[in-house]
Amino acid sequence: MATGTEPPATEPHPRGGGVHTPTRAAIRAPHLRTDRWWLAPAATAAGLLAFVVYSTWRAFANADYYAAPYVSPFYSPCLAENCEPMRSGPNWEILGSWWGISPAIIILIFPLGFRLTCYYYRKAYYRGFWASPPACAVAEPHKKYTGETRFPLVLQNIHRYFFYAALLVALILTYDTVLAFRDEHYDWGHMGLGTLVFLANIVLIWAYTLSCHSCRHIVGGKLKHFSRHPVRYRMWQWVGKLNARHMQLAWASLVSVALADFYVYLVASGAFDDPRLF
Amino acid sequence: MSVVDRQQWDVVVVGAGGAGLRAAIEARERGARTAVICKSLFGKAHTVMAEGGIAAAMGNANSGDNWQVHFRDTMRGGKFLNQWRMAELHAQEAPQRVWELETWGALFDRTKDGRISQRNFGGHEYPRLAHVGDRTGLELIRTLQQKIVSLQQEDFAETGDYESRLKVFQECTVTRVLKEGERSEVGGRPAEGRGRVSGVFGYERETGRFFVLEAPSVVIATGGIGKSFKVTSNSWEYTGDGHALALLAGAPLLNMEFVQFHPTGMVWPPSVKGILVTESVRGDGGVLRNSEGKRFMFDYVPDVFKDKYAVTEEEGDRWYDDPDHNRRPPELLPRDEVARAINSEVKEGRGSPHGGVFLDVSTRMPAEVIKRRLPSMYHQFKELADVDITAEPMEVGPTCHYVMGGIAVDSDTAAARGVPGLFAAGEVAGGMHGSNRLGGNSLSDLLVFGRRAGWHAAEYAAGRASGARPRVDDAQVDAAAAEALRPFSAEAEAPEPSDGPPENPYTLHQELQQTMNDLVGIIRREPEMKQALEKLAELRVRARRAGVEGHRQFNPGWHLALDLRNMLLVSECVARAALERTESRGGHTREDHPSMDRRWRPANLLCSLADPSGGPAATDPERGQITLERRTTEPVRPDLLALFEKDELAKYLAEEELS
Amino acid sequence: MSGYEARFKVWRGDVEGGGLEDFRVEVNEGEVVLDIIHRLQATQAPDLAVRWNCKAGKCGSCSAEINGRPRLLCMTRMSVFTPEETITVTPLRAFPVVRDLVTDVGFNYTKAREVPSFVPPADLGPGEYRMMQEDVDRSQEFRKCIECFLCQDTCHVVRDHEENKPAFAGPRFLMRVAELDMHPLDSAGDTGLDRGRTAQDEHGLGYCNITKCCTEVCPEGIKITDNALIPLKERAVDRKYDPLVWLGSKIGRRT
Repeated sequence: MATGTEPPATEPHPRGGGVHTPTRAAIRAPHLRTDRWWLAPAATAAGLLAFVVYSTWRAFANADYYAAPYVSPFYSPCLAENCEPMRSGPNWEILGSWWGISPAIIILIFPLGFRLTCYYYRKAYYRGFWASPPACAVAEPHKKYTGETRFPLVLQNIHRYFFYAALLVALILTYDTVLAFRDEHYDWGHMGLGTLVFLANIVLIWAYTLSCHSCRHIVGGKLKHFSRHPVRYRMWQWVGKLNARHMQLAWASLVSVALADFYVYLVASGAFDDPRLF
Repeated sequence: MSVVDRQQWDVVVVGAGGAGLRAAIEARERGARTAVICKSLFGKAHTVMAEGGIAAAMGNANSGDNWQVHFRDTMRGGKFLNQWRMAELHAQEAPQRVWELETWGALFDRTKDGRISQRNFGGHEYPRLAHVGDRTGLELIRTLQQKIVSLQQEDFAETGDYESRLKVFQECTVTRVLKEGERSEVGGRPAEGRGRVSGVFGYERETGRFFVLEAPSVVIATGGIGKSFKVTSNSWEYTGDGHALALLAGAPLLNMEFVQFHPTGMVWPPSVKGILVTESVRGDGGVLRNSEGKRFMFDYVPDVFKDKYAVTEEEGDRWYDDPDHNRRPPELLPRDEVARAINSEVKEGRGSPHGGVFLDVSTRMPAEVIKRRLPSMYHQFKELADVDITAEPMEVGPTCHYVMGGIAVDSDTAAARGVPGLFAAGEVAGGMHGSNRLGGNSLSDLLVFGRRAGWHAAEYAAGRASGARPRVDDAQVDAAAAEALRPFSAEAEAPEPSDGPPENPYTLHQELQQTMNDLVGIIRREPEMKQALEKLAELRVRARRAGVEGHRQFNPGWHLALDLRNMLLVSECVARAALERTESRGGHTREDHPSMDRRWRPANLLCSLADPSGGPAATDPERGQITLERRTTEPVRPDLLALFEKDELAKYLAEEELS
Repeated sequence: MSGYEARFKVWRGDVEGGGLEDFRVEVNEGEVVLDIIHRLQATQAPDLAVRWNCKAGKCGSCSAEINGRPRLLCMTRMSVFTPEETITVTPLRAFPVVRDLVTDVGFNYTKAREVPSFVPPADLGPGEYRMMQEDVDRSQEFRKCIECFLCQDTCHVVRDHEENKPAFAGPRFLMRVAELDMHPLDSAGDTGLDRGRTAQDEHGLGYCNITKCCTEVCPEGIKITDNALIPLKERAVDRKYDPLVWLGSKIGRRT
């Protein structure tokens, strides 16, 4: 019978930081999790990486982003002179002719910034790419950690400005979706498969944008007394419900925006013919 | 041996639950340097398990409520055995104590107009319980804890030391209250006149080191005794420490036969048997059914309550929405009645599969409402029993919950009788609840009498400070240390060589719990209680040989061995008093004396130590450690009696008391 | 499932050192890990140190790590493991160990003291408080906290970086700041205390990188990250990083 009076085979105390700090329980293993804790960060990293590769290719391609009446969300609005002409589409040549490279770069900064500073994506890439931490109660590999207290990560605090920008982008994409109710001859009152793709995308974009934590704060979260602002309270509750799904919406809208772009690419490059519904 | 850490304080509070913390706050605010000793971590006391609410006649939900109605309900619930002055003070001061919590940051559930919401509970005429969902005790303890922190922050700002005037000693256990002017031997016969309190002796769990806190005032607020019973809703700390400390210091215990069995504890699975199912389940509309699907409580309304409870299910159901024109359903009878009813149903073969009855909210409220109003019940059944209470009934049965008996105290000052400088508040103090406590009256009791104990302890200490501080006798300290260390040497130096091998404290504890549960449980019989006393005597002998392995650092076996002394003392009090009281009243039910006897109404039973020297009596099964004394109570003040109808009083009071 | 014999590894030792000790122990239907630890105490290791109180998930005493995950021993049912599985129980690994499964959680009590308390409104006496349910809902969620400190234990900011302990209050106490900042009657502002700003400046909110482990381990299901930490970060942004608000406050101060 184990009496418990003699200590069990004692491990020498690992010397180190974190869970190996000398005052803590002497356990050599950096973690003792037995489940597949690495699966979630690995899948996240893989998903994000796939999007980065795809979007980089498409953003720099500077081609196959317009097939009337559809404009790829990567290229909307198109703000340089080198844009493909889109009849009553979102091409406003604000930047003029000096812009030489893909016009997607100008505009992608905003949704990219929005997603990069998003509270969900931060969790995703801190865990998936930076292993800080890789998973809960799994020791992280870094010697030092200062979180978001210093440059550059202190910039995460400007998320709300990207949110405002993302609202504008969502408005423009809404405009693009309305334009998608035309046919290739710019006649109104038509729909194709692409229209459905655009519709699905814009719904998800809006849902993701409005479910943002900054949005939740701005519409009502900052208030001390909800009871004195019944309308904002209702909005806060509504945004709160969406916010609970922020992660799912982040992924769904990421996939849908890539799909919408890919659909335009297929049609524009002639690989696929947009089936018209009416 | 007396190389122990010594510190000087004005007031030492033993126990850091609701009463202890409230006492500490009061003492500190009145200028006393106050130490709180806490058996667990700060903020983990058993008070966190209180679910339903704090009873206080604020009249927020029904403006008809006032302290007089609350007083009446409390006296009825306690079957008029209550120390009436306590019941009066309690009913009068409870609203102030609740409101005060708000100024310390508590957030109760609200009414539509922004006041504190109040809910219905068994035995209360009006909705009266201030609550936070079903986690009111947590809110209470956290608020008091945070108030203490805020006082410490003030002290820090002033003195640079958070703990200069109010310090919490976490994970420390007191084993002796020390007294001045006593013979050096621990618990030795007091010299001329009983000695005054001079401090406490205890050990620190983490290191096993001993300490002495010297203080003229000691407030005992250690809670209850439930861990002497097998099926209990109480946590491990409830080993009757304060009861035993007072006894050993020479203060008597009052009416220890009254132990409340809460009607609804979980019964399945075995490992959670006894865990509380809050009375709010019934207050909010839950009903009790037997295996035949019958709402059996309608058959168990006793005569004294006949005209106050609904006769039909329809009337009972209407009451939730229209309490002014209907009578409440009998599921909301005081706890003793409901517990006995469940016990009878199970005994007569109409119980649920695991030996309880069914408590159902699933057919009474929409799932959303259940989850909102009873979140922790939902969680508890889901996590621990795989039961979804929004879809199926719970199985429940009686569980040992609370001891009405306790240290005999002065109503106004909470001073323990017979030992100057000793105070008691909360569950450990007796009298307030009479023979049966109403739900919700416990949390208000903690606050009202916690404050009073702290107040008078500080006052007493200030009065003493002008004279010399009490002296702590080294010999007493040495004796206390030797007593505490005995379990380590159980094997080496058994009192007599023939006594037998060392005993496992865990085994002794289990046998004690089984004994109390089976023989001095919810329904009591004379031969069984006599048998229990014999068994207790045997356990007492064996407990002297309780031995432990290992060393003094955080050694649970050792801690249990020390707690056994307290549990055995308290269990004997319960058994002896229960044997003596030949009637059934509140939390004391005798099968051989099934009805309430008006002649017993003014009778208090006081337990004290038979042989304070701890000599032969402690091991002599015949004599036992406890002597009982019967005392007649002070008559109820006429203006308080006038709050009741004459014919209601006639049910409780003897002829001569009525005139 | 009726009784079987389970394999356990329980860490035993103290600050000097220690290791995982093997046990074989009986398990019955409906039991939780704490029942098994108690059985070990009663039958095999009477001096096995463990903290526990209520055994009903209400007090937050029995925090430990089971198979590497911070959990309450009393709320972890044996039925989540297969009978073949070896179950490893260790003390919390972010705090100094005292003995066996008991750790020194003093860090948390120190941090609790550093958060300025509720400031009652000067013009309201006891009994005069009026608060609407919708205004107290948010803080009430945070007050469900049972202070088991699992969030403090799992948070990598201090778990993996001892040196951050002085600067970082941890999720539990940042949530406390949020609770007070959202309390409808807290008057800290009147005393010149800006809780949103101090969250960042004094309690180390910036260290939080919202990786949500605190929310994952919370036995009370409090949405610590979404409802407390992120809103607190937004409040800090209002005070510190929002030039419009900053400008407004400058102008406001001058007039």
